[in-house]
Amino acid sequence: MSHETDITLTVNGCGYEVRVEPRRTLADTLRDECGLTGTNSGCEHGICGSCTVLADGDPVRACLMFAVQAQGKQIRTVEGLATRENEGERLHPLQQAFIDHHGLQCGFCTPGFLMLAAGVLEREPGISDADLREALSSNLCRCTGYQNIIKAVRAAAAQMRAGNRG
Amino acid sequence: MKPGQFAYHAPRTADEAVALLGKVAPLEGRIIAGGQSLVPAMALRLAMPPHLVDINGVAGFDRLAVEAGELSIGPCVRHAAFHRPVADGPLGKMLSGIARHIAHLPIRTRGTFCGSLANADPASEWCLVAATLNAKLVARSTRGSRTIAAAVFFKGTMATALAADEMLVEARLPLPAADTRCGFHKVSRRAGDFAIAMALAVYRVEGGVIVEPRVGVGGVESHSRRIADAEAALLGRAPGAKAFEAAAQAAAEAIDTSGQSPEMAAYKRDVTRAAVRRALEAAEKDA
Repeated sequence: MSHETDITLTVNGCGYEVRVEPRRTLADTLRDECGLTGTNSGCEHGICGSCTVLADGDPVRACLMFAVQAQGKQIRTVEGLATRENEGERLHPLQQAFIDHHGLQCGFCTPGFLMLAAGVLEREPGISDADLREALSSNLCRCTGYQNIIKAVRAAAAQMRAGNRG
Repeated sequence: MKPGQFAYHAPRTADEAVALLGKVAPLEGRIIAGGQSLVPAMALRLAMPPHLVDINGVAGFDRLAVEAGELSIGPCVRHAAFHRPVADGPLGKMLSGIARHIAHLPIRTRGTFCGSLANADPASEWCLVAATLNAKLVARSTRGSRTIAAAVFFKGTMATALAADEMLVEARLPLPAADTRCGFHKVSRRAGDFAIAMALAVYRVEGGVIVEPRVGVGGVESHSRRIADAEAALLGRAPGAKAFEAAAQAAAEAIDTSGQSPEMAAYKRDVTRAAVRRALEAAEKDA
């Protein structure tokens, strides 16, 4: 009854043709079928936020969406944040700010926080501090990094408002 | 933490969705809208529906419109749609204030208003809104359509008046008068958590006294409901600490705590009292 189906996902602007069972989550599909292991799977039931990606610009839990539901959507993952430049890559302002402000320790939650913050700042570049704190409370960090994560996202927001969008 | 197997159906029209549900409901098939409660339950294998009818691709199901004095909410309208007021006047403002209490942003971008009502979690903010305002809920199956008043829609913890083959296709909220005051208060341990208790207070003031009071309480019983004794304690009295305290006390006494330890019962009454009083105070500030 649970036949595999062929679907095409658009991730970071590239098409991925994959064969999945309907029960395969977007998070697992990104990691195992698309080979994009930047998206981390943590709790796998929507609490921790480590698998947060953007679907048509909205931050979503990739463990609470089936891959078959993501067809036709523009999915963006942490792999799509940095931009190619000459021989190498230029980090997105959010990625650079997380380094500069010690917004990570072990790094497990970082891709989720980066995509959450990217989605929030793209929709609301001038977001208030209170609203930003509320938005960042969506995801869990267990290295006690919240203050530095907030600092990093604020710094990146200022950068992005100044026109540096990575 | 991987969901069990299921067959996936993605209808494009409401007719198709209803027909599919009619077919798979006897096999314990389910509708999936936002999936923000269903998919975690599937990951934990608490739910193992063998069929899922995904209504996210149904044309027109994201409809959100004000018409004939009501706000009409389609089955795929997300919580996040309410971040900004969706209607002029007190309703839009109230819904936008309450939406921010629902879980977290990435949940609100997927989860739906109607899905919350159909799921009927005792701590659902939208269920409290629907119960307090006595929303009209439109259910559809291959047998036809019917409209169910919220007062009789919620039957218990995650139990509603919907038959297995019925889909909630619309929720209609009445638009309150422009001078209606609304206040909401939720008690939870952390931002975004399920409510331990929550209250919604809605009333108008005429000639210095409260008229048309509505007091809804959620999170403490098996489902949200209006508390008639609390409303009676407000009717015809001047808004203020005395009337609010009386209504809060009436609500605390009215809730059903049967089957709970004396300590838990006392706590539930206390937290209900606090939630109702604070919701009323918030409504007064809304004036």
